Amino acid sequence: MDFLTSTILPGLLTGATVTITVTLASLAIAATLGFLLALVREFSGLRLLNFAIDAYVEYLRNIPALSHLFILYFGLASIGFAITSIPAAIIGLGLVGSAVTCDIYRSGFSALGKGQSEAALAVGMTPMQVIWLILSPQAFRVALPPLGNYALQLLKDTSVVSAIAAPEIMFYARSMVTSTFQTTLIYSSAALIYLAMSLPLAWGVTRLEKRFGGATDV
Amino acid sequence: MSNPILSVSGLHKSYGAVEVLKGIDFEVSPGEKIALLGPSGSGKSTCLRCVNFLETPTRGEILLDGERVGVGSGGRAMNNRDLAPQRAQMGMVFQGFNLWPHLSVRDNIAIAVRKVQKSSAAEARDLAEAMLAKVHMAEKADAMPGQLSGGQQQRVAIARALAQRPKLMLFDEPTSALDPELVGEVLNVMHELADEGRTMLIVTHEIAFARDVADRVLFLYDGVIEEEGPARQVIETPQKDRTKAFLSRMNG
Repeated sequence: MDFLTSTILPGLLTGATVTITVTLASLAIAATLGFLLALVREFSGLRLLNFAIDAYVEYLRNIPALSHLFILYFGLASIGFAITSIPAAIIGLGLVGSAVTCDIYRSGFSALGKGQSEAALAVGMTPMQVIWLILSPQAFRVALPPLGNYALQLLKDTSVVSAIAAPEIMFYARSMVTSTFQTTLIYSSAALIYLAMSLPLAWGVTRLEKRFGGATDV
Repeated sequence: MSNPILSVSGLHKSYGAVEVLKGIDFEVSPGEKIALLGPSGSGKSTCLRCVNFLETPTRGEILLDGERVGVGSGGRAMNNRDLAPQRAQMGMVFQGFNLWPHLSVRDNIAIAVRKVQKSSAAEARDLAEAMLAKVHMAEKADAMPGQLSGGQQQRVAIARALAQRPKLMLFDEPTSALDPELVGEVLNVMHELADEGRTMLIVTHEIAFARDVADRVLFLYDGVIEEEGPARQVIETPQKDRTKAFLSRMNG
């Protein structure tokens, strides 16, 4: 018990701060970049640009995150652009996430009836005003519950960044197991820490789904 | 007779090989109420939507108060941004209401007053509430659209269009999506607007309403105006066979 509180928990909690940092920072990148991509994809009407975004999304979505992280971390280093593990993890998961959130936002936009923008054009709004004042706020509401689910998934998926030596929970757990052989105790403690973080988040997502989920009134 | 508010000439609209409008010509004088009647598929909604360029005409000319709609200097087709100031001069009421569900009833009206007409927030609020009072919805200013009945939503949509201070009101089957018991409250509001002398172009299936409120009726059939004339005359003593057939079907 003493060993648990003196060594294991402090180690894992240090890892947890990295887990939280990576989750929040890559979520911020994913949510922002994905929204911009979705806006351009939905409204630019430029075929070349649309094709480029589709290619970007498919590339990121159909290759494991681990592979992207290795390319970022080891690949860039090999051609002289070395970045440290935590920024690499944040950028990697952020970019992968932007492909996911782009799709989430896009389905938010396509859930809106054509009448919504027609009514806005009819009162004399410009296309930019239609997008910002009428369509985006509604698409964002539709997107909130799936975005919450994505955040929950992301929190758990950050464990993958231990593979590029970002010192998050599983990284600490594995290194402590290697030196102490307290396999069950350490991994179970790590699991409980994940649970302590994801359960409140899951509860929040459920509330979002109750509030915004289901059909909107359009 | 004064200059027409709206003048439509040689209006054609095709979707691919399908020609929906085959040459429509009519004028609307200030204060005039015109009802567009006709069987579904006759092109009456398309015709209305061409007036504010929600549908782009294939050919033909729309003049609003003498100004060419949808075509800029040098015959260049306008995009949605260029069209915005012209559309702002025409209020439109849709079959499906199309209120914005994320905004309160008041903001559904005030948002365009602020962002399009560039009024202050206070002015927009006052105008929104005045327009809501006009459609007998003042007490619902804080409600969300989803909390209203269809008839109430449509009355808010009418208030939203009125807040544009439009030269012309376009109604696209405003009661067709309503439960029968809610039709009356919307028609009453439209009746009141007609009595104020507003210029209205109304696509409708409400024959009795058209007879009582409209000055003139245009009967569309298969993309052309089959018959037109004073509302009472066309509805009570139609001359063309197709008009007679349509009206007798509508009267059950």
